[in-house]
Amino acid sequence: MDARRMSRAVPRVRQVGFFTPNTPAQQPQPQSAAPSSESPPLSDSPASNSLSPVMIPPPRHLSDNLGGRTAAVPVPGRENSGELPTVGSYNPSESVLWLDSPPRSRIGDEELSEGAESSLGWYRRSDSAKFASSLPSGGFNLSTAKHPDSVAAVEAKNPLPEQSEAQKEQASSSKPLKAKTTKAERRALQESQRAAKAASRAEANKSGTPGGAPSSKPMKQPPQKKDGPPVASSIAASERIGVDRSVEKERKKDLPPPRKQFDDESRGGRAKRRSVLNQPEARNRVELFRHLPPHKNGTQLPYLGSKFFELHEKHPAVYKVGLQYLAGDLSGGNARCIAMLQAFQEAIRDYSTPPEKTLTRDLTSKIGGFVSFLIECRPLSMSMGNAIRFLKSRIARLPLTLSESEAKTTLCSDIDRFINEKIVLADKVILRHAATKIRDGDVLLTYGSSCVVEMILLYAHELGKQFRVVVVDSHPMLEGQKLLRRLLVKGLSCTYTQLNAISYVMHKVTRVFLGASSIFSNGTVYSTVGTASVAMVAHAFRVPVLVCCEAYKFHERVQLDSICFNELGDPDAISKVPGRVDVNYLDNLTDKQKENLELLNLKYDATPSDYISVIVTDYGMIPPTSVPVIVRGYRKEYLLI
Amino acid sequence: MWWRSASFILDRQQHQNRTVAPSPESFLLSSPPPMADSPLNPKSNISAYYQTRAAHHAVVTSDWLAQAQAAVGRHSDDDGSLGDDKGATPIGGGGGGGGEEEGSGKAFSVIDEFNSWRKQPALAEAVAAIRALAAVIRTSEATTMMELEIELKKASDSLKSWDTTSISLTAGCDHFMLYVTRTSALEYEDFNSAKSRLIERAEKFGEISCKARRIIAMLSQDFIFDGCTILVHGFSRVVLEVLKTAAENKKHFRVLCTEGRPDRTGLRFSNELAKLDVPVKLLIDSAVAYTMDEVDVVHFGADGVVESGGIINMMGTFQIALVAHSMNKPVYVAAESYEFARHYPLDQKDMSPARRPIDFGVPIPSKVEVETSARDYTPPQYLTLLFTDLGVLTPSVISDELIQLYL
Repeated sequence: MDARRMSRAVPRVRQVGFFTPNTPAQQPQPQSAAPSSESPPLSDSPASNSLSPVMIPPPRHLSDNLGGRTAAVPVPGRENSGELPTVGSYNPSESVLWLDSPPRSRIGDEELSEGAESSLGWYRRSDSAKFASSLPSGGFNLSTAKHPDSVAAVEAKNPLPEQSEAQKEQASSSKPLKAKTTKAERRALQESQRAAKAASRAEANKSGTPGGAPSSKPMKQPPQKKDGPPVASSIAASERIGVDRSVEKERKKDLPPPRKQFDDESRGGRAKRRSVLNQPEARNRVELFRHLPPHKNGTQLPYLGSKFFELHEKHPAVYKVGLQYLAGDLSGGNARCIAMLQAFQEAIRDYSTPPEKTLTRDLTSKIGGFVSFLIECRPLSMSMGNAIRFLKSRIARLPLTLSESEAKTTLCSDIDRFINEKIVLADKVILRHAATKIRDGDVLLTYGSSCVVEMILLYAHELGKQFRVVVVDSHPMLEGQKLLRRLLVKGLSCTYTQLNAISYVMHKVTRVFLGASSIFSNGTVYSTVGTASVAMVAHAFRVPVLVCCEAYKFHERVQLDSICFNELGDPDAISKVPGRVDVNYLDNLTDKQKENLELLNLKYDATPSDYISVIVTDYGMIPPTSVPVIVRGYRKEYLLI
Repeated sequence: MWWRSASFILDRQQHQNRTVAPSPESFLLSSPPPMADSPLNPKSNISAYYQTRAAHHAVVTSDWLAQAQAAVGRHSDDDGSLGDDKGATPIGGGGGGGGEEEGSGKAFSVIDEFNSWRKQPALAEAVAAIRALAAVIRTSEATTMMELEIELKKASDSLKSWDTTSISLTAGCDHFMLYVTRTSALEYEDFNSAKSRLIERAEKFGEISCKARRIIAMLSQDFIFDGCTILVHGFSRVVLEVLKTAAENKKHFRVLCTEGRPDRTGLRFSNELAKLDVPVKLLIDSAVAYTMDEVDVVHFGADGVVESGGIINMMGTFQIALVAHSMNKPVYVAAESYEFARHYPLDQKDMSPARRPIDFGVPIPSKVEVETSARDYTPPQYLTLLFTDLGVLTPSVISDELIQLYL
């Protein structure tokens, strides 16, 4: 129950994904290196396994934050002040920076209301860390390792648990203030401070939670998902000896909790309870992307099928669409959106208002239930979000005087109109605009398979324009081959290549046509992964990039990178090549080797607006800077129609 | 466009073989199919817009005329006069069964009217078009609103197709149609009052367009400071107005004028400035980069402002903008709002070609190709600000304005 040790009890975070060049000092740390014989089971594996799929380990080590925090936030416990000397060597500007990392005060309400499970996770982790910290680890460069100065470094593995006892002893003894008080006094003071803090926190909770900017400090904290730890916690329990549970629990409040960050569903608890699918285990997920919902692959289909009769409130049409999402049979923004809307339409047709309820409210909540089911199957795309918003606003605007059957027909025709005007007709307008930009002798490049781009190419071909098409494709989806096939059937002359060869083919290309999943109001194009690199190469070669996208996919959000919002694909899809035994090099890894392997299969990326020459929408051709104008106008319009 | 590969020679031969057959018609590709070729400017391979500009502002030499005639050799009837021979050609128009006699009469009158307005050097082409269209309303014998609108539409279409190369003509017609017809004034039950209301609106729009130049000159005064050196390119009436106003406001500045080949509009511009006692220096077009370090501000006019926020202007604008951009000099564009066009060029060749004969002073062997394009496109990232009668705008706002105007 050494206070100082407990304060260090923070999971070690594995360093993966994006490194900043200025944290090379962490390289000597024998993270995955073989020589550290017993440290992997003790420090490594618990840290990586213990994280539930939705948890993010605290971005920075507790005592790393200390320098900043002691200035900003009331120190929660005296035991921390014991570490001040280790902090003393920090330079002040950095400690200012650390204020940006989540301070302890945001440890949540949820944490308080949480069940024992997550705390178990904490115990275990803290234990392992404690264990690790007691391991002698010489030659560890403290000062350099403690100066990470970027977000990537925040995520990086933290060295402090390995700090030797000797150093700590030295540190605490060198603090004069510390030496004065007795242990009992410290304890008393600590308790009173805790009580005060808990009270203030409860107040803050009542007054409302701060809105969540993803990956930054004032994150709203939904309760943690409790699916991961049970097995691990039993191990933890066996490891734990003589730890006072209640004190431990309290202390836990002072640690930054792992962040759950299912970006959209802040109501994690409810979603969890409603969840019909098993969450895949958190094993080997890339650090930077742990806030994203894990991929649910089609292997859960039979499971979901068996649950059909339990989910009686789900309409069969919605259920079918959900299964199609899950199995990956439906892909492409428009197809998914249309399928969803038609399923809703059917559900509305079969709907009857239960007694003592009003249609407006009950149907809205019903639709909400459908939507959360669909989210379970696959995260919504922006376009679907917009369509749902449209539908809900239509329901909310139904006049109360309307009879139920009238209301239902109105809604169904509204949905039909949305599909027709915003998708089908919009595509036709886009075709006409885009075709004016295709000249005889052009070489057009497209990436992946976008249905709008396909229509444009076929339309231009029908108009008798002479052009060639370069279809660029990438693993693992190989959607380009589908497009290629359909183009070849129509008699277009095509070139097919992989993304690797893009810089070679680009110099012959005169136009690049890209589809988009969504366009944000800063002009960022959110599209299939790989689009950004195509656009970037095209920009470098001064080839105009035309992004073709219906205006209903525009979104008022601003996004700067592809990290905070994205979708994860099946990690196994990139590690295996089906049917090619000769290239499946990753097949025969031992479990221990696999522990050091993290697979990242991202679905989308964000293309900065600098690389985009023009956006072709149903409102005409606009520069990426004018997206907000359309978003504003569009919002007004679809709320009014 | 496979020419950039090593096999370009072969490709080119194939390309030529392919295009050899339709070559006599190739110039007509840009003309809209429905109107056939009837109201087309007979000298369709020479931009009428740039010819007018040259006639108004250029220093015309005798070879220029000679070469102009050579360039349009396939038309035997040309004699340098622009509009007079049009009387015969546009008649075919109509095709609209019943009112053919009347329709052709209108087409005749609108282009004629337009040409008579166009002859005035002080009047922008778009304003001339606006005046001509206003005259159409005035002389119309239509008895219903719908009829009048159709007639107006026809007139503006014939104007637009008369010179497809002029962006400001097209834009002016479009703006006029929007301004005049998109109004609640059309909901009068009485046709005559509605018509007079339309005429009123048309006159008002004409006035606004005329005033635009003054507004721009006033707005841009804040951007001309004492002791600055201004580089101008081509002959822009708006820029001249801006500089004139600045001189009247007793600002001390110096102007560098490019020569503006091939019609040498810069010579004319420097003349005008010398009359105002503004210190002015002439450069040849190729000396821009050399003198850019002493320049504080670059000022352009614009033949058309396009949706991307870029401008289409006389040949050479783009390269000056590039030089200015790389030396971090601000580039200002003065343009009236009726020059905003619904047009989105992606690159230089992505416009209907506007050709202009070029005088090299010596005979050019027939094997040597001559680039005769009269204009280029300057992308928005090379422009700093646009002075328009709507205010001082950044390039990205142009698109916003256009969206609001047309949607």
